[in-house]
Amino acid sequence: MATINVDGQQYEVKEGQNLLHAVLSQQLNLPYFCWHPAMGSVGACRQCAIIQYADEDDERGRLGMACMTDVVDGMRISIAAPQAADFRESVIEWLMENHPHDCPVCEEGGECHLQDMTVMTGHSVRKYRGTKRTWENQNLGPFIGHEMNRCITCFRCVRYYRDYAGGTDLSAFGSRSRMYFGRSEDGPLESEFSGNLVEVCPTGVFTDKPFATHYTRKWDLQSAPSVCPGCAVGCNVFPSERYGVLKRVQNRYHGEVNGYFLCDRGRFGSHFINSDQRIRHAGIRAEDGVFEASGASNAIAEAVKLVTMDAVGIGSPRASFEANFALKKLVGEERFCTGLGDNEAMLIELALSIQREGGARTPSLTDVEAADAILILGEDVLNTAPRIALAVRQAVRAEAFTMAQEAGIPGWQDAGVRGHAQQALSPLFIASVATTRIDDVASATWGGAPQDIARVGAAIAHGIDPTYAAADVELSAAGIDFMHQVIAALGSAKRPLIVSGTGTGDPDVLRAAANVAWALKAKGSDPALLLSPLEANSYGVALLGGGLSMSDALDAMTGGSAAIVMENDLYRRGDAQRVSAACSESKMLVLDILENETAEHATVLLPASTYAECTGTYVNYETRAQRFYQVFEPDDEIRPAWRWISDIADALDSSGAGWANINVLIEECAKATHAALATISPPSDYRVEGGTRIPRQPHRYSGRTAMRAQISVHEPKATVDDETPFNYSMEGQNLGTQDGAAVPFVWSPGWNSNQSVFKFQQEVGGALLGGDPGALLVAPAPDSGDASRATKFQEVPDAFVATEAFLVVPVHAIFGSDELSNASWPIVERMPAPFALLNVADAKRLGVQAGAGISGPGLGASFEVLIDDRIPAGMVGVVHGLPGIRAIAAGRIDLSVDPDFIRRPGGHPDVIARG
Amino acid sequence: MSETELVHVLSGEEIAEIEAEIAHLPDRESAAIDALMIVQKHRGWVSDTSLHAIARLLGMSSDALDSIATFYNLIFRQPVGRHVAMVCDSVSCYVMGADGLGKAIQEYLGIAFGGTTDDDRFTLLPIVCLGACDKAPTMMIDDELIENVTAERLGEIFGRFE
Ligand code: SF4
Ligand code: SF4
Ligand code: FES
Ligand code: FES
Repeated sequence: MATINVDGQQYEVKEGQNLLHAVLSQQLNLPYFCWHPAMGSVGACRQCAIIQYADEDDERGRLGMACMTDVVDGMRISIAAPQAADFRESVIEWLMENHPHDCPVCEEGGECHLQDMTVMTGHSVRKYRGTKRTWENQNLGPFIGHEMNRCITCFRCVRYYRDYAGGTDLSAFGSRSRMYFGRSEDGPLESEFSGNLVEVCPTGVFTDKPFATHYTRKWDLQSAPSVCPGCAVGCNVFPSERYGVLKRVQNRYHGEVNGYFLCDRGRFGSHFINSDQRIRHAGIRAEDGVFEASGASNAIAEAVKLVTMDAVGIGSPRASFEANFALKKLVGEERFCTGLGDNEAMLIELALSIQREGGARTPSLTDVEAADAILILGEDVLNTAPRIALAVRQAVRAEAFTMAQEAGIPGWQDAGVRGHAQQALSPLFIASVATTRIDDVASATWGGAPQDIARVGAAIAHGIDPTYAAADVELSAAGIDFMHQVIAALGSAKRPLIVSGTGTGDPDVLRAAANVAWALKAKGSDPALLLSPLEANSYGVALLGGGLSMSDALDAMTGGSAAIVMENDLYRRGDAQRVSAACSESKMLVLDILENETAEHATVLLPASTYAECTGTYVNYETRAQRFYQVFEPDDEIRPAWRWISDIADALDSSGAGWANINVLIEECAKATHAALATISPPSDYRVEGGTRIPRQPHRYSGRTAMRAQISVHEPKATVDDETPFNYSMEGQNLGTQDGAAVPFVWSPGWNSNQSVFKFQQEVGGALLGGDPGALLVAPAPDSGDASRATKFQEVPDAFVATEAFLVVPVHAIFGSDELSNASWPIVERMPAPFALLNVADAKRLGVQAGAGISGPGLGASFEVLIDDRIPAGMVGVVHGLPGIRAIAAGRIDLSVDPDFIRRPGGHPDVIARG
Repeated sequence: MSETELVHVLSGEEIAEIEAEIAHLPDRESAAIDALMIVQKHRGWVSDTSLHAIARLLGMSSDALDSIATFYNLIFRQPVGRHVAMVCDSVSCYVMGADGLGKAIQEYLGIAFGGTTDDDRFTLLPIVCLGACDKAPTMMIDDELIENVTAERLGEIFGRFE
């Protein structure tokens, strides 16, 4: 710790930081632009000027940039000194010369860091009367709007996009007063993390384009703390609403999970909430097969009949823990199915048992970033759990930071660290079925069938610790070379990380990943093992468990059992013929969000809330249970799935079988399953300092009467929320000192933009003031430190042998493979056409080229051929989960050319999101 | 165009010269400025097509290369005339009448700064100090430094460049 004197006050700050970071951590106000807590300092904007004094007697001091100044014990500085304050005001004046002052029509207005800094520096009178430079803007695709005239040349965008996120298609062009930030030509930004530009750019140059199509000022948005439903990472988000419409999603800082950044699936994937495909009314299918809106009570009465017909309940990895719990309770353990497909359920069980076994840490994303050597086995994280890939990109910079440290360059000196390290990267090894979009930072890559990836993994574990079986595994020369490189790198790492997941569908890949981690542990390093499933609550529903597998449930349905299917399109889970048979033989109650093939067969259909319209819990890849809160009340007859179930339970048994509100359900759920569920977020009677509730709406929320004046000018009383500590109004306080799980938006006096998040943190970039929310449900076994106790998987699979028939392996697309986000219109525009990856030799053998169509038994449709450089001969990588694509079973199939194939254009044929 | 076809927008000679530069450098990207200069030497300017080809040859994105190209005033991303005339407008030349001289040259060539004559003979640009302040005002046509320029000498000076 160091003691520094700022304007006569003493502060205890951390050493090794820059001054800007340090004073902001003390909650002091000091304007800045180019510095970013996750990206360090470059000293480009000259906004953070302070006066630094040489010693106690120095009265003049000298001007310096806080972000470029090391914290030194005993130093004395001034933020308030007139020379510094004048300088900062002049900087703004100069930046404003070319700024168009178009705040009233700017999407950033009202949450603009430039506005805030302008006000903070006191530059309130415009003197410049000259002509402003003007630019043509670019069409950057469906996600990001572009208005270059607003640029203040802080360079944050390119530093984020290129340096931090590894994008290549955004650059700074020109020099001096003619700087242009954009692409070399119009076209969609290719990075899967482009949306963060919206929050990184301190002005309105890069803005959220879908949001702009139905724009609302920040102060008019209603928000609540929430969790992204897009994948198993569980990034924390603020979804925001007005007029019953989901307007946008922004990053909600979490010190251990997503930090400051989201992926584009998460940011732009929630517009399914406003989709035409929404199921909005309860309905019943009459004898003649015609479906009719029936009103809720009739539908419930009808649903009760089904439940009493010995119904099976099929839950879902995309429904909340609580909804699954409610359904399980309604039908009973032995008649509940988690809703996971058989293979995915088996993989998840395995992954959870490995995690329970212990022996390696389960890393948060912060831990991923801290790894000093990484092996990715099989999982294409960029497409299955995207935010992990962005964390991996930071981890490979460990080497750069080590080099910098040795050279005496502080880690926050971004340009210094990068310049010194040049191309130096820490070891990252990728063994995968096909090329990935993080290959560019890999030390070596290796392609193989899932079982061969498992074999390479086994050989690596064996190489680290010979007690792991693999002695007889023969590998190709390339495989052996890869193996040796990996063994050397992981063996000498202090914090090695193994990443895998259920994406390849092969349990041996998971086993091999566990073996490598355990072998490293036995050698005395501190390995982490990350095993990711595919969906937001996969681990949650698996931890809940059920007595029926998907096959069992489908068999029961085919045998005539009724079924309650909750938030689950069964066609994505099981063999299409079996699902069809089950759906046509069974009377089904379907509770869901969007119309889908399963819902078409429903006897009773009930409209379910999305994650933004209800409160619940998802359990992420770390088994971190995270609570999301209802942002707004849904229209029409839409209600949370658990509430429908509660009403059905009440109708069945009037003695109070249902739950009065989500708190009652959470409490029961916590008692029956994991106690932590009751404590990961504050209960409804929680109050902040002064005894007030927390508002979902900023205090400037306007137009409460006007927005429904066409109906009545008598404003109705805001709904009293008896479920959460939040108000559906602007009343209450959001100070940031409350429980970290209960921050509905960030705002602080003088800080209207998202930069205000530091006012909600214990220190800049650290935990939230009220603690980072969530709790791990699976704690590794207590004796996990003793690696000799760890199970070893000693069966090594056989090598893959290519035959005439092709081995089908699933591949994933960030934009398209997720069931809900693939109905979000901006995502649809970036979605590839259904594709199949082939090796160039195989394509030749089949007589096809890229762009041709192929089909085969079990594929259901024709797929567009893409040639992949890595996929081995004899395999076809078939994209998983695009709209209209049913579950595709693994196995070998004969492929045939579809001569009539017409390429169904994806959103943007030029940019296939999976590379 | 495939990658290899794209690269072959460049001539064998250009590629050979660029590869020779790369040979002296730690990585291919570091040859960006040299490569741009080489192509400009052969073609007068760097078109989008050339830019994409150079980027492929160096294994970098066109965006990154264009970022370098546009940073430098003397990498031409638009066609220029057969000769590029650059008139110093920095302080010594300014004191010595660069302003009036600039006007005279514009009049003489019938184009404004930034323009190219209809016969594609000259492109006229301003430039910073040429390091010959003692012989101000100065200008440069292609690689030739011309000192003590006066309005009267324009016919003689420009006449030498076909
Ligand atoms: S576009 Fe935005 S982030 Fe980029 S330099 Fe300009 S103001 Fe900064
Ligand atoms: S889709 Fe996954 S990685 Fe992307 S924002 Fe959502 S939770 Fe994070
Ligand atoms: S924030 Fe310090 S110079 Fe930009
Ligand atoms: S100022 Fe023109 S040559 Fe120096």
